[in-house]
Amino acid sequence: MLLIVGTVPNPSLPLVHGSVRLENDALRVENHRLPIGRGTPALAAAAAVIRRRRGGEEVFVLLAGDIGRGDGSRAVYEYLVKNLRVLSVDVLVFHYLQPDVDWHNKVLFAVDDMPRRPRLIADAGYMYAAKMSGQAAAYDIFTPDKGELAFLADEKAPHPFYTRGFLLHDHHSVEDLVHRAYTHGDAARWLVVKGETDHIADSGRIVANVTEPIWEPMEAIGGTGDTLTGILAALCASGHDFLDACLLAALTNRWAGHIARPTPATQIAQLVGVLPEALTEAQKAMKGETKRGER
Amino acid sequence: MLGFLKKLVFKKSKKPQGPLTDRGLLVFENTSEVIQAEKHLRSRGFPVTVKGPPPEIQKGCDLVIEFPLMEKLTLERVLAAAGLPPLAVVPVTAPLLEPVNLFHTKDYGAYLMVRAANMKITVDKNSWRIVNISGGGCPDVPYLADALVGKTLFEAPQPRDLGHTLCGYALQLAYEELRRQCF
Repeated sequence: MLLIVGTVPNPSLPLVHGSVRLENDALRVENHRLPIGRGTPALAAAAAVIRRRRGGEEVFVLLAGDIGRGDGSRAVYEYLVKNLRVLSVDVLVFHYLQPDVDWHNKVLFAVDDMPRRPRLIADAGYMYAAKMSGQAAAYDIFTPDKGELAFLADEKAPHPFYTRGFLLHDHHSVEDLVHRAYTHGDAARWLVVKGETDHIADSGRIVANVTEPIWEPMEAIGGTGDTLTGILAALCASGHDFLDACLLAALTNRWAGHIARPTPATQIAQLVGVLPEALTEAQKAMKGETKRGER
Repeated sequence: MLGFLKKLVFKKSKKPQGPLTDRGLLVFENTSEVIQAEKHLRSRGFPVTVKGPPPEIQKGCDLVIEFPLMEKLTLERVLAAAGLPPLAVVPVTAPLLEPVNLFHTKDYGAYLMVRAANMKITVDKNSWRIVNISGGGCPDVPYLADALVGKTLFEAPQPRDLGHTLCGYALQLAYEELRRQCF
């Protein structure tokens, strides 16, 4: 089972859990209709599209309404602590949740007690909490952008807002920052660093770069990082090994930009629609690269 | 003589740094209250600064307000009158975390994007309409994006009026920098 955990910017949404169904620009979960704006609904939508395309099983979500006060996040944390121990999950994705070290640690204890340890992916606020707790190495994959990588590389920063200035200047290479993040134990085993070039790192070493196709306005569009994590999660749940999943996810997201030709004003729901075609193109590109042995 | 003058000039050009104990911290229940209190105090001319708390009082994604300790009683009175009493008022005894103060700007021709820390905001240069907000990881980011995207810089609410977290605060900085560059 692929389980995605996060929040939705709707203060009246109670704790909901179940499989997701796509309805045009929205997700249906139980009897709730959630627009695919950005954030966790965009992640879940991308995962659902890729799972459907691969003929895989359903995508499950655990969500609550939260507009930043932390109430919905706490409901999600509490549910996880009470119920994770009995769930059979293959891939567990943590996303937009209010960073809270105490709750994070309780959830990680519950993960340790699960019948089978799932692959753990953390993005957005939960990646911040994982790093702040000093438990980043317990995760399989983080998906930071370069600014968030600088935060992971700064052993003193509890949030990207406090990343020390000298680490944010462009003269720091991604290689330097990756090295720093692993030196202090502040990174998951795998990193997919999103950017003009997507860098994929394994245990402190960059093992692959994805540079093509490139479509610059993607950086401005809210939710492109969320779709990348959703694709990645779906591929992991379909049995891809970590390197394959990271590469194919980065390529698919880039192809979505290439196919949809978005402007900086495009909204993410428009990109979700082209993901099946993008996956096909990404697979062709992967096959080409593998044949040439250029990975 | 020249050496003495150089020393004097050098000393004068340095930013004055008082002892740590002449400053205090206002600690609040949550970041949302910090943002409201900062806005309230600044509008009344108090020289306050938002900083990150020392590790011993960090509990999640936190902010505190640094202020001149001499103003303690006045500030407490002003905040109490505004219904924003702090949880605690403590002297500064350890270095505080400095918020990110670097901005990155990207010009897409018809669009302009500004990034502060992990938050990005993009406007259409012809209409000043906010077309996208991206980055960040706290739950108020999608909420702020819903509230701001589609509105012009003139009519959109300020992120600090709706935000509750550090990501919301970073978006406020990006928003202010964008306005500074546009007008």
